[in-house]
Amino acid sequence: MSETAERTPEVAALPPTPGLGGGPWGAVKRTAAVLAQQREATVFVVAVVLVIYFWRTAPAFLTKDNIVNLSQITAPVAIIAIGEVFLLVCGEIDLSVGFVFAFSPFLMHYLIDYYGVPAVLAVILSLLMGVAAGFANGFITVALRVPSFIATLGTGFILWGLMLTTSNAYPANIPNKAQGIGHWIGTYAWAEITWAIVLVAIFQVALSRTRWGLHTVAVGGNLLGASEAGISVARIKYSAFMLTGFMGALVGMQEAFRTNSIDPSSGGYTPMFYAIAGAVIGGTALAGGSGTIVGAFLGAFVLSALTDGFNLIGISANPLNIIFGAAILVAMIANVQLARLRRAGRTT
Amino acid sequence: MTAPEPDGQAPAGQAPAGGPAEAAAAVADSAVLRVEHIAKRFGAVTALADINLHVNRGEVLGLLGDNGAGKSTLLKILCGFQPPDSGRILLDGQEVILKSVDNARSLGIDVVYQDLALIDELTVYHNMFLKREKVRWPLLNNRAMRKIARERLDAIGIGLKSVDVPVARLSGGQRQAIAVARAVYSDAKVLLLDEPLAAMGAKEAAMILDLIRDLKSKGEISIIIVAHNYGQAIEICDRINLLQHGEITFDKLAKNTSVQELNDIVIEEYRRALLERQRSA
Repeated sequence: MSETAERTPEVAALPPTPGLGGGPWGAVKRTAAVLAQQREATVFVVAVVLVIYFWRTAPAFLTKDNIVNLSQITAPVAIIAIGEVFLLVCGEIDLSVGFVFAFSPFLMHYLIDYYGVPAVLAVILSLLMGVAAGFANGFITVALRVPSFIATLGTGFILWGLMLTTSNAYPANIPNKAQGIGHWIGTYAWAEITWAIVLVAIFQVALSRTRWGLHTVAVGGNLLGASEAGISVARIKYSAFMLTGFMGALVGMQEAFRTNSIDPSSGGYTPMFYAIAGAVIGGTALAGGSGTIVGAFLGAFVLSALTDGFNLIGISANPLNIIFGAAILVAMIANVQLARLRRAGRTT
Repeated sequence: MTAPEPDGQAPAGQAPAGGPAEAAAAVADSAVLRVEHIAKRFGAVTALADINLHVNRGEVLGLLGDNGAGKSTLLKILCGFQPPDSGRILLDGQEVILKSVDNARSLGIDVVYQDLALIDELTVYHNMFLKREKVRWPLLNNRAMRKIARERLDAIGIGLKSVDVPVARLSGGQRQAIAVARAVYSDAKVLLLDEPLAAMGAKEAAMILDLIRDLKSKGEISIIIVAHNYGQAIEICDRINLLQHGEITFDKLAKNTSVQELNDIVIEEYRRALLERQRSA
């Protein structure tokens, strides 16, 4: 591994911070040094700068209506990013999650309207469909040894085709029986962001403070080493795929309830790519072994703020992709360089 | 397979013979771990043909052999990482089937792999407790792990100022020591060390050798060391086994052999291989 060359011969705790000095300026420098040790630091600073910039250039940015709007753009991306972070950390990826997103509300509709399944059960079964899709992705990747990029590309097309075939590519209405539970899932203005914040908190703790999270990092950091240490690599990968599928199904239903329509054109590759971009901007390594859910949430917020903010100040959607691409590249360059500094212990 | 010639070698498929006393010792059953007729193939390649060996309680057994002789494959079978095609393994006289690394560990066999199985991104204490984490459900008990790791590394004499650093920032010797410490403190009866001194400087090798000597002096743990350096192996081990072409062909007490003798056997093997090649050409 490339880290070998960068290992310091004698190790020690983080070295004392020379030259930071005392007084208020020293305290600012020390705070900056501590922040630089956090993976989320870069994206947090970017998020704050963006909020200030858009607030100054478009005062409507911080109105209540726009904050609701911003939260509704951020939440789906952040929730899908939770699953993608777990996958990226353990060295895999899921390209099919956007089609789980698209298919899950249709499944709920079929179960309630065509099979008379109670609404709560239909919602649970639709969420379980996402878990089952994740299991299938895990099986093809782990047991059949097909790289996850290809495996999930294939399952994504299958889910897409299933959704289009069964719906004849026509939108459907939310079943009346599901309206009640729908409020909790996505109809209320703050429902999605509340789900996102709660899920981000839970899974940040799961990734950084539980055996599952530790083993996920171990699998992505050193697959053979983790396996030799006795970690069930297959179980870790299955769990990450199933988590991602669950998140995709949840977001699909949330968006259907929020827009009060089950739309065959929703989902697809866009939310998946935004989620992966958010994760990467937030400090998750594409090569595996490290990542942060909070960082992915902040990354999702940055992408949403860019979308919403440029819209408010009147920049058309066309050049937005240039800004997105540049943001991803800048974030990646910053992450790579900061990671090098962290490894060399020079950030303090 | 041709019959081996030099003194101390055994014909293929037969019990190894070091000297008369050693052969008798090999039969006596003070063995903690005994391996009988283990074989392993990978497709057309025979990694292990017919392995018979044992290690006694508190003994350090040196397993020597050329590259590709099958040493690492044997260790991976003994630690439950991969199953043998045939043969049996006895632990304290009872036949055991090692289904996984976890299973072998629960039976008292632990291993330090040549690649160390450390995770660069994780801290020293997380690596030391990997798959044996202290948990205050549902969360990791990081405080307890940090404290215990600190105590254990201090006891071994590894001079780390912090156990909170990622192992990517440690030197080769420190990484090796952490991998050994991880296995030593797992209450293992049998400890398998795969090339513990590979690619290590003299100072770092001395630290690991001291650690092994310390374990040996306590007499509670049996150790099998896979090694390339005959001198170091003779210095640290009680007994030496030589693995050639997937079989144990030599079994002697370390005090009754020498680097010269082991070199002669290996050189003789090279000569024979060369002659066979010339004949077939």
